[in-house]
Amino acid sequence: MSDVLVLAEHHGTEVRKVTFELITAARDLGTPVVLWLGSGCDDSTLASLGNFGATKVLVVDSAEVSDHPVAPGAEILASLIGTMQPAAVLVASSADGKEIGARAAIKSNCGIITDAVAIAPDLTVTQNVFGGSTIVHSKVNHGTPIITLRPNSVSAVPESVTAVIEHISSDISDGAQLVSIVNRNVVEKGARPELAEADVVVSGGRGVGGAEGFGVIEALADSLNAAVGASRAATDAGWYPHQYQVGQTGKTVSPSLYIANGISGAIQHRAGMQTSKVVIVVNKDPEAPIFELADYGVVGDLFAVVPQLTEEITQRK
Amino acid sequence: MKIAVCVKQVPDTWAEKKLKADTSTLDRESADGVLNELDEYAVELALQLVEANSGEVVIVTMGPERAAETLRKAISMGADAGIHVVDAGLGGSDAIATSAVLAKALEGRDFDLIVFGSESTDARMSVIPAMVSERLGLAQVTFAQKVEVEGDTLTAERVTDYGFDTLTATLPVVVSVVEKINEPRYPSFKGIMAAKKKPVETLSVADLNLDAAAVGAGAAWSEVADFAARPPKAAGVVVTDEGAGGTSIADYLTTSKFI
Repeated sequence: MSDVLVLAEHHGTEVRKVTFELITAARDLGTPVVLWLGSGCDDSTLASLGNFGATKVLVVDSAEVSDHPVAPGAEILASLIGTMQPAAVLVASSADGKEIGARAAIKSNCGIITDAVAIAPDLTVTQNVFGGSTIVHSKVNHGTPIITLRPNSVSAVPESVTAVIEHISSDISDGAQLVSIVNRNVVEKGARPELAEADVVVSGGRGVGGAEGFGVIEALADSLNAAVGASRAATDAGWYPHQYQVGQTGKTVSPSLYIANGISGAIQHRAGMQTSKVVIVVNKDPEAPIFELADYGVVGDLFAVVPQLTEEITQRK
Repeated sequence: MKIAVCVKQVPDTWAEKKLKADTSTLDRESADGVLNELDEYAVELALQLVEANSGEVVIVTMGPERAAETLRKAISMGADAGIHVVDAGLGGSDAIATSAVLAKALEGRDFDLIVFGSESTDARMSVIPAMVSERLGLAQVTFAQKVEVEGDTLTAERVTDYGFDTLTATLPVVVSVVEKINEPRYPSFKGIMAAKKKPVETLSVADLNLDAAAVGAGAAWSEVADFAARPPKAAGVVVTDEGAGGTSIADYLTTSKFI
């Protein structure tokens, strides 16, 4: 079987969950080989990639890669596409993943498809476009297919193999070092999971009524170990920070469980969440279009329903 | 400073979007075309930088005839000129071809900054700024929530999963911005009137010295096999709260094994 090259998504030595999802997806397409970019990685972290079926981990442990965004990674990826001739390249649909894939596509004359939710063994890619209202199947027809996979689309399934760790040298051109990372600022997020990766998302919208109203949304989220989301109405009004916006102009989420509170369900919002597996709706307007997506809905005042739900969940745990 | 802002006409964010059965491309005629929202933030950044440092702002777009309205809309925010790449052969171009067209339209014009919104609301790929930067061999500072220029040094904050990275680069730089960067201005009446008289250069594929076979649907490096509307969701259970609404959701979550 030919190699399938997977670009590891990580923050320092912390491997992002999507990396395991990428390796799992790669197993259906060929032999997973992981490319790890960045300095300061330890062998046990690298070996852990074998738990999901990575047969080999290629490591570029260099400051030139860590200190400059995107361009060095694209250069290394393009050079490996040339030498390894993999069947496909899989990267995460993150800012770095998409941009490294995009630049490598130009360098290597390869087609790229972004935001895949599934990849068939014949490399046909499934995408949910227009916020999930349309399902598209497409295929790269030029060069090595470069495919970016959305987090949470494929379940990471363990398959233990021994990963061979191979350090490879890198010659990064000056042209790939035009931009320097002078500081990495970690913003304290608290204990809640990352919105795009969360298994459960609890969101609030116009019906929450104000910034202070998000207290009940956060309490429910915490009872379920969920991420908090917000509709555009809520973020535009300044009730909740923009980075938590779910929708066409915000994040796209696809959790196992999505609880929409006080959200009417305009296309703008639905585009960001309608591929969620189970949707619960609380809204006082029985005509709200969000109820069309509900597996279970309650017509009522969220300030009565949500605290009661939180209380019940806390008791039943 | 000479700044280019690349903008895109997209279907109205609040409208339902569909693919056309014959070409598997976005049906752009069935919805109003508007300026891609994130591009307004890109225009605003350019205007603020020129107001602080003097210079000019040129709006660049690739799109059909009617994208000219969107170009004028962006100019009416206060830009100085426009470039419209319009050619029947461009329809169906993928990101690879689009980046080639934009790179050709931008090169050799001595822009200090080339600014983009970080994604369009229709395709949502977020790859064009990186591709254009790759093609032009320019520094890439994307997903910026803050951009400052001091002399020929640009400092910016790139949004990351964990917070943000502070980046520096020397001009010229390709930038893409996220919505946190600023609050775009509305075009003033004076701006709208003035925009009608601002020079707009119209360029074809041939004007750009691009091979016609390298753009358009036929040149796409990926192809759509089929597509379908998502099947409507089976109707769920909706109850009216009469005092035990929260408990009934908890019951549903217990049955579904979420708790």
